[in-house]
Amino acid sequence: MTFKAFAPTRRQALQLAAGAFAAALAPNLALATEAQVADELKKLFGGKSMAEGKVKLDLPEIAENGLVVPLNLEVDSPMTDADYVKAVHVFADGNPLPQVVTYHFTPASGRASASTRMRLAQTQNVIAVAEMSDGKLYSAKAQVKVTIGGCGG
Amino acid sequence: MAITSKPRVRVPAQAKAGEIIEIKTLISHEMESGQRKDSAGKTVPRDIISTFEAAFNGKPFFKADWFPAISANPFQSFFFKATESGEFTFSWKDDGGSEQKATAKLTVG
Repeated sequence: MTFKAFAPTRRQALQLAAGAFAAALAPNLALATEAQVADELKKLFGGKSMAEGKVKLDLPEIAENGLVVPLNLEVDSPMTDADYVKAVHVFADGNPLPQVVTYHFTPASGRASASTRMRLAQTQNVIAVAEMSDGKLYSAKAQVKVTIGGCGG
Repeated sequence: MAITSKPRVRVPAQAKAGEIIEIKTLISHEMESGQRKDSAGKTVPRDIISTFEAAFNGKPFFKADWFPAISANPFQSFFFKATESGEFTFSWKDDGGSEQKATAKLTVG
């Protein structure tokens, strides 16, 4: 995430200051919330409605080490020129920053599926949102219980 | 920090036309999240590989935007539909603009 073009208004500046104050008071890192994930989604899609289904999130139920949590996802799609998955956005609502990864697929991908490893700071929900070539959105959500958190701290 | 490590890529050498193959990649990198504090209490600045791209015969077909939540030594697997012989190019770019590349050949027959 970059803050390059961030010119705060008075209200934003006040909110930021309040946030910084709260963060200074909090014993731990300021963590993202469901509201922050919703904000990110709004920025990306402007509040378009999402349907459940099509997206399959394959995550461990319990992650012993939050520094390396396997993330596998697959979106059900024929992946043809007429109907394919354009992008998949993954968020974690209990991390200091909600974004995890964004994948951009093309029909040449053959399968809208990818795996990687991510850090989770605590027990939280992982949310994946798939953007189809026709503009429709599908989402999936899964909880991961984290025994030892990642992300420093 | 420039990306100094050599990436590792696993691609099947041969595929049938129309076959969907899995590609696995791994590169060594700290992926410093920008959230950690050092022993003096100062925040360690963020330094991550933020973009990974894969292309076949010069045509990009897969891209990943990585955020600080991606683990150190990022692993990435994804798929490709083989239609013709050619060469893959993979590229990793970090915050500082440093880039590392790898290539792999695929024969379709």
